[in-house]
Amino acid sequence: MRLGRGAKIALTAFATVVFTFIYVPILVVTLNSFNSDRTFGWPPPGFTTQWWNLALQAQGPRDALLVSVKAGLGATAIALVLGTLLALALSRFDFFGKHAISILVVLPIALPGIVTGIALQSVIQNLLTPVFGIGAGLFTIIVGHATFCIVLIFNNVTARLRRMGGSLEQASADLGARPFTTFRRVTFPLLRSSLLAGALLAFALSFDEIVVTTFTAGPDSQTLPIWIFNNLFRPNQAPVVNVVAVVLIIVSIVPVWLAQRLAGADAAESRI
Amino acid sequence: MSRRRGLAALLGPPLLWLVVAYLGALAVIFATAFWTTDPFTNQVVRTFTLENFADLFSPTYLRIIGRTLLIAALVTVLCIAIAVPLAFFMARVAPRRLRGLLLAAVLVPLWASYLVKAYAWRTMVQPDGVLDNAFGATPGYGFGALVLTLTYLWLPYMVLPVYAAFERLPETHLEASADLGARPLATFRRVVVPALLPAIAAGSIFTFSLSLGDYIAVQIVGGKLQVLGTAVLQNITLDLPFAAALGTVSALIMVLYLLAVRRTGALDNL
Repeated sequence: MRLGRGAKIALTAFATVVFTFIYVPILVVTLNSFNSDRTFGWPPPGFTTQWWNLALQAQGPRDALLVSVKAGLGATAIALVLGTLLALALSRFDFFGKHAISILVVLPIALPGIVTGIALQSVIQNLLTPVFGIGAGLFTIIVGHATFCIVLIFNNVTARLRRMGGSLEQASADLGARPFTTFRRVTFPLLRSSLLAGALLAFALSFDEIVVTTFTAGPDSQTLPIWIFNNLFRPNQAPVVNVVAVVLIIVSIVPVWLAQRLAGADAAESRI
Repeated sequence: MSRRRGLAALLGPPLLWLVVAYLGALAVIFATAFWTTDPFTNQVVRTFTLENFADLFSPTYLRIIGRTLLIAALVTVLCIAIAVPLAFFMARVAPRRLRGLLLAAVLVPLWASYLVKAYAWRTMVQPDGVLDNAFGATPGYGFGALVLTLTYLWLPYMVLPVYAAFERLPETHLEASADLGARPLATFRRVVVPALLPAIAAGSIFTFSLSLGDYIAVQIVGGKLQVLGTAVLQNITLDLPFAAALGTVSALIMVLYLLAVRRTGALDNL
């Protein structure tokens, strides 16, 4: 399509405005963490690192960070195992109901999170606590997170398996290796970087999740996003909340950036 | 080891997890929607009733459902209106060496914390905040701020598939159309738009579903605005069956939407 000069200039201007729209709010939050005005008057009257010091010493965010990291590691570990198994089954076998399973694995992120949330909450209250004595806490957070992290591992591994084809595994079998040996010596080494990429995405998603977590977290196990949300409407906590928000931006972007670099050619295929 | 046993060993654990932890929980909540509560203790009583669904048709809840659908639709339309020209610029107008960078620039905020982005808009629209000082006006907390924030939050989900569709569209198709005498606008309408539709539909699944289920952003920037998500939240402790019915409605709307867009081939574009 031959675009006129005017159209090109208009499109460039439009894109500039959109990118400004995308980045200004994030920039404002970051700048506000150094804003000396408690209520974030704009433009900032002065520069201070007081809020960062305050936030680094506060006990609440520190406890919440620990819960978030544990939950992220737990959920990622479970999702790694289950997502890889599922990807191997769906990529290397043909069977009845395959299509239904590939929808089932997406469902936890496609249905509104609040539905998943109240569903898990009512299971915790009506089954886990009275029958098994398990209350809402770190364990239930991990179960919820693992459920929607499976799809991230599944997508990454499936993309890699599709690109790899099955010939190397067949060669290994022809040479007499049993299935588990083939997996250990052939499949797994080839999957390693895609597993790492998937794991980083799963950790980032778990670290950031709030919609389902609200319903699965107990009073003693707040994750970092829950801590922010609970303190969001308390005016005197505002500066500390803002600093924690900046930390959260950094912690959720870095793993994704790493994952993008690791996934390389697969990245184009799996977007979620 | 037979192939069948191998498949069972692979499928068993993940299916057990998804069916027990996820489908089981969903089944419980859908069943709850047909139960009732004891008026004195607020405990769930397991007797079958359709009352919860009948209550949905009261003017209050019809208005809330209507408002939520309107918000989801507005957000989706705004995302399309922004994403199409932006993706076109990224894929066709910007210099080739900048494209990867621009794509990353859209992707990175997608992964920045959802909560923090909603919070960022709170500081943007608050009285005496950035918008107020930059433009002398702010929508304040409420409907406008919510639509703006949700558009901001879900925009990357629309840009990515549309950008991919522009990348796939062969330049020769556009040239052929121009050679046949079509002006840019006619080419856009008759060649580009049909090629984009599945991608737009795929993006809209996210913009629509995520707006429909949102209850966090609305509390942060929506002021006292009531949507489906907040209505579910308010009923959970006192009337879980009714909250479950509201949840069932939003899941049902989403399933209908998925079925509707499936015809465009959107599901292959996810």
